[in-house]
Amino acid sequence: MSQYLILIYEDESFYATASPQVLEEVMQAHGRFNEQATSLGAKILGGHALQPTGTATTIRNDVVTDGPFAETKEALGGYYLIEADDLDQALAVGKLCPARAGGVEVRPIMVFD
Amino acid sequence: MDGAGVEAALAEAHRREWAAVLAATVRVAGDLDLAEDCTQDAFVSALQAWQRDGVPRNPGAWLTTAARRKAVDAHRRGRLLRSKLPLLHLDADPEPPPPDDGFGDDRLRLIFTCCHPALAREAQVALTLRLVCGLATTDIARQFLVPEPTLAARLTRAKKKIAAAHIPYRVPAAAELADRLDAVLTVLHLVFSAGHAAPSGEQLMRPELVERAIDLTRLLSTLMPDEREVRGLLALMLVTDARRDTRSDGGELVLLAEQDRTRWDRDLIAEGHRTLLGALRGGRPGRFTLQAAIAAVHAQAPSYTDTDWLQIVGLYDVLLAVWPSPVVRLNRAVAVAMLDGPAAGLAELAALDDGALAGYHYLPAARADLLRRLGETDRAREQYATALAGAGNDAERRFLQRRLAELG
Repeated sequence: MSQYLILIYEDESFYATASPQVLEEVMQAHGRFNEQATSLGAKILGGHALQPTGTATTIRNDVVTDGPFAETKEALGGYYLIEADDLDQALAVGKLCPARAGGVEVRPIMVFD
Repeated sequence: MDGAGVEAALAEAHRREWAAVLAATVRVAGDLDLAEDCTQDAFVSALQAWQRDGVPRNPGAWLTTAARRKAVDAHRRGRLLRSKLPLLHLDADPEPPPPDDGFGDDRLRLIFTCCHPALAREAQVALTLRLVCGLATTDIARQFLVPEPTLAARLTRAKKKIAAAHIPYRVPAAAELADRLDAVLTVLHLVFSAGHAAPSGEQLMRPELVERAIDLTRLLSTLMPDEREVRGLLALMLVTDARRDTRSDGGELVLLAEQDRTRWDRDLIAEGHRTLLGALRGGRPGRFTLQAAIAAVHAQAPSYTDTDWLQIVGLYDVLLAVWPSPVVRLNRAVAVAMLDGPAAGLAELAALDDGALAGYHYLPAARADLLRRLGETDRAREQYATALAGAGNDAERRFLQRRLAELG
């Protein structure tokens, strides 16, 4: 088994302007995602949604600045840490991960031995 | 045996057995890089051993044993500790699987791993040529006119990703097989096309790439006899390659319309037709099979004018339905021009979105040819100039310059 981080990149303005009904749909999709991942044989070890990038603070060389590390149209908005057999299974899980206003990036966790 | 005989036997073994030796060694090495090194070493030691003891009866088995032994030795010496890479993700069993596991050949695993969708297309191509065909990095770099360090870095990065991201070493399950096989066929077709009409450089053809692509597609067709698109691609390659010798004359590009059809390789065409029939049997044909069918109609025609253009346009319609590519639309327009005249072809081309084909120099070249046939010399000249600016290899450039000069 290997661990992967699924990073969810989405357009924040989508959520800022979404109706309560759409937000509810998204919440439910994430709820289902947990079960779907398990049914594929993978395991979700953890995950969180993040506050929008407007709340981010960046520190570079001890200089503190207001805002995200990089300004992008689609920003990191949440992540899941999963355990999967291999990249194929991790990608299958990633495909199910809700990200209607963007997409996800799947990164293997580095193992030090 | 004399040195030349051994070298010939070794070259033959390299072409026929490399993939099998490497694929069998991966199981012992647990790492693509190490398997590649051991396979390379096995071929090097074969030269000396075979000169001393004669060429073994089964060179592939000799090479596999040698390469696997080197992999075992390497593990024993702890050479792997040097590389901080995790091991290749093998399905539990370190031993070769029983031959009846449905995909009884490690070469298939190797091919599918090299063409994994998580790798960029150019990395898939480079990996396939290096690991499956055993082409040297220098040669691959030369064939694709990429600086060798760039190509080497591309290979290293891809192998690192396979190991670090745990890209599995296996043939995909039935549910994803169609998509994954399409990626493999696309890579093979890309290698063939790069050899058939070199994307850039002085030469029009790179026969080595053409031959490797055909070898590999033949192998795939043997390993996956039920996959009709594999046969379709093989048929396409055979029928296209049958025209190889007539596609250029003293380095000058000769168009299909002007090729000497008596010099087409009839044996290859016949084999291509038989293969195509197999691909067409039993269901809707895929994009490679349909392209092969189009190539086969051309191969049967007594001349360019006396080609069954109605059937060709019909086949392009079916092809567009399964593969709505602007390049297909362009080729269809050329066929329409033969069927209904250049004006009809131009109308089809006008409907093409330039955006999707921006920089594709065959579009202005096709426009120029139709305008020339309509006698619209000025507009034809403009289009030839645009095509010239985009043409990659010298033979195509000279051809377009000739046409431009003929306009006066």
